Amino acid sequence: MTGEHQTLALLLFSAFVAVTLAITTWVSRKRRGSAEEFYAGGRLFSPMENGFALAGDYMSAASFLGVTGLIALFGYDGLLYVVGFLVAWLVVLFLVAELVRNCGRFTLADVVAARMRERPVRIAAGTSSVTVSVLYLVAQMVGAGSLVALLLGGTSEGARAWTVIGVGALMVIYVSLGGMRATTWIQIVKAVLLLGGTIALTALVLMRFHGDLDRLLLTAAERSGHGEAFLAPGLKYGGDWTARFDFISLGLALVLGTAGLPHILSRFYTVPTARAARRSVVWAVGLIGGFYLMTIVLGFGAAAIVGPDAVRGSNAAGNTAVPLLALDLGGGAGSTGGTVLLAIVAAVAFATILAVVAGITLASSASVAHDLYASLRRRGGKPRSEVAVARVAAVGVGVVAIALGLLARDLNVAFLVGLAFAVAASANLPVLLYSLFWRGFTTRGAVWAVYGGLVPAVVLVVLSPVVSGSPDSLFPGVDLQYFPLQNPGLVSIPLGFLAGWLGTVTASEVPDEAKHAETEVRSLTGAGAA
Amino acid sequence: MQPSKGRPRGSGAGQESWVESLDAHDPFPAEEAGHLRYDDPWYDALASGWGESAGAGVPAPAVVPSARREGETRAAPAEVYLEVQRSAAFQEVRRRYRRFVVPSFVAFFAWYLGYVVAATTAPELMARPVAGAVNVAMAAGLGQFLTTFLLTWAYARHARLRRDRAALELRWDTQELTRGATGGVS
Repeated sequence: MTGEHQTLALLLFSAFVAVTLAITTWVSRKRRGSAEEFYAGGRLFSPMENGFALAGDYMSAASFLGVTGLIALFGYDGLLYVVGFLVAWLVVLFLVAELVRNCGRFTLADVVAARMRERPVRIAAGTSSVTVSVLYLVAQMVGAGSLVALLLGGTSEGARAWTVIGVGALMVIYVSLGGMRATTWIQIVKAVLLLGGTIALTALVLMRFHGDLDRLLLTAAERSGHGEAFLAPGLKYGGDWTARFDFISLGLALVLGTAGLPHILSRFYTVPTARAARRSVVWAVGLIGGFYLMTIVLGFGAAAIVGPDAVRGSNAAGNTAVPLLALDLGGGAGSTGGTVLLAIVAAVAFATILAVVAGITLASSASVAHDLYASLRRRGGKPRSEVAVARVAAVGVGVVAIALGLLARDLNVAFLVGLAFAVAASANLPVLLYSLFWRGFTTRGAVWAVYGGLVPAVVLVVLSPVVSGSPDSLFPGVDLQYFPLQNPGLVSIPLGFLAGWLGTVTASEVPDEAKHAETEVRSLTGAGAA
Repeated sequence: MQPSKGRPRGSGAGQESWVESLDAHDPFPAEEAGHLRYDDPWYDALASGWGESAGAGVPAPAVVPSARREGETRAAPAEVYLEVQRSAAFQEVRRRYRRFVVPSFVAFFAWYLGYVVAATTAPELMARPVAGAVNVAMAAGLGQFLTTFLLTWAYARHARLRRDRAALELRWDTQELTRGATGGVS
């Protein structure tokens, strides 16, 4: 990879940064500083806009680069992984989107706290939301650093560190100055760019094979050296039983975790009604489904055109499959077409990371200010404006994310995304579903459900092979490994639901019928919705 | 029963004005129900019906009774919600929601789990060829995409035709009652 495309990529990327900063300034010029404005963008986005923003929040660089790489290297098992990301949206659509829009104001904790004693519930739900966000954020920050090294080739340690700092600084600026409105527009711009880039590449791949998908698959299988096995499951997740259960665990976490991700939930508050929330999910399902179908074509295309050996040679995890594919589709190294396409892919990947981290930072600053600060601040202390606190929290979250991103920049943090989904599924989803649907649910049940999912998920990861006891671990030197799976979901999700049930049946507290009636009526009708 | 048309609408967001055109006490002819538009800025052409013919959905408000009864203008907000929850209208909305969501959730969740378990534990079965380069695994994977799209469409359609109008009525009635209860803006 040469210098030309670097210059072009940096130019395109600077243009994206300039546009997003312009959006931020333009939005903050008119801001009134209300919480409604900061957390929910005034609640006046249309379903289509919010659908694009949801898709933008959800389609991370991990999907664009990671999943295509996985397919290029392991064939069908990459596809298997992708399916969970899409099916998850049915859980969001059926059980969460409309009801959360009707019941809450800004965060997940709003929905639960409406029925329960507010303080303990807010602290619990706020803690788990911040945990999920930080895990996801660190994965993205480290990813940004590695992306620079990959795409700009042979970059020094210093450049990677500065990338992490730069991404962190930009996301803090977007969020603290522009709030939800700027973040949403950045997501929309990014979603359009990402989809445009993906559509262009997919069209080129299909043209190369004259629209014959069968031949694309057969060429990929032949080129992979695995033959037919490349098109069937088993190359990556089909090893011993531990690997198989590990994938089932990951699949469960993906499907149930999406509905508990704070930055997805907070998106439903940006539209005026529950119907609009539903229709934004319909848009999101269409966009995300189309995007993943195209990544499948790109993944198999990379296997067929570039070949798994070349992909593996460039990056062992396969993250460069799409850049290499773009280079080849454009005419090969040194050609103008190749240079331009590669630069576009690099710029789109940067834009993706930047937009995703902004969305997560906003959601976690909302949890810190609206849930944690509001519950924990000393009574009688001078109450500050919640939005001011949220802006400071965004800076704080940014600093923490930069620090962790720098500390972890040489570690293999790919597991963090799966872990964030697992924590969301184990700690956030049970409490949310119980609050919405269970008449007898109590405050103790709510608190237990959160901690009963959060603590096992985190502890199991600490005791798992990703942290210690195997050559690929974060700390290969130590051996704390007592839990065989890399993803804790299979155990921690049932534990979260179990803990919520146990806490409720052992509580002496009598569930408040009227509060339950209020939640149920509001969730299904939208009465009194913010 | 006082008609709700003439009354001032103080609370609620700016978009709520479509309630004016939706008086549930006038029974809708079945043919019109499918075509009726909400005067909602976000409710564009896509929302009102591609694919459904005139008589496709039973008009919800004609079936669902009103939650509001005469002489109930003074009650604490908590009692209002309990009252609405007990009303036949609300129970009908809830029943419709659950009757769609529970079976379809069970179905797609079982289908997804079955798919993942089969892919990890029975790769030989999944590798069986179907047509050309497509094997069982590939067909099942694309089937997951297809069922997700279909269920999304079915859910949105069901909610639009069978729940939305009744829920909107209830929302309005409930807000009216709670406003009466608190004696001001709800």
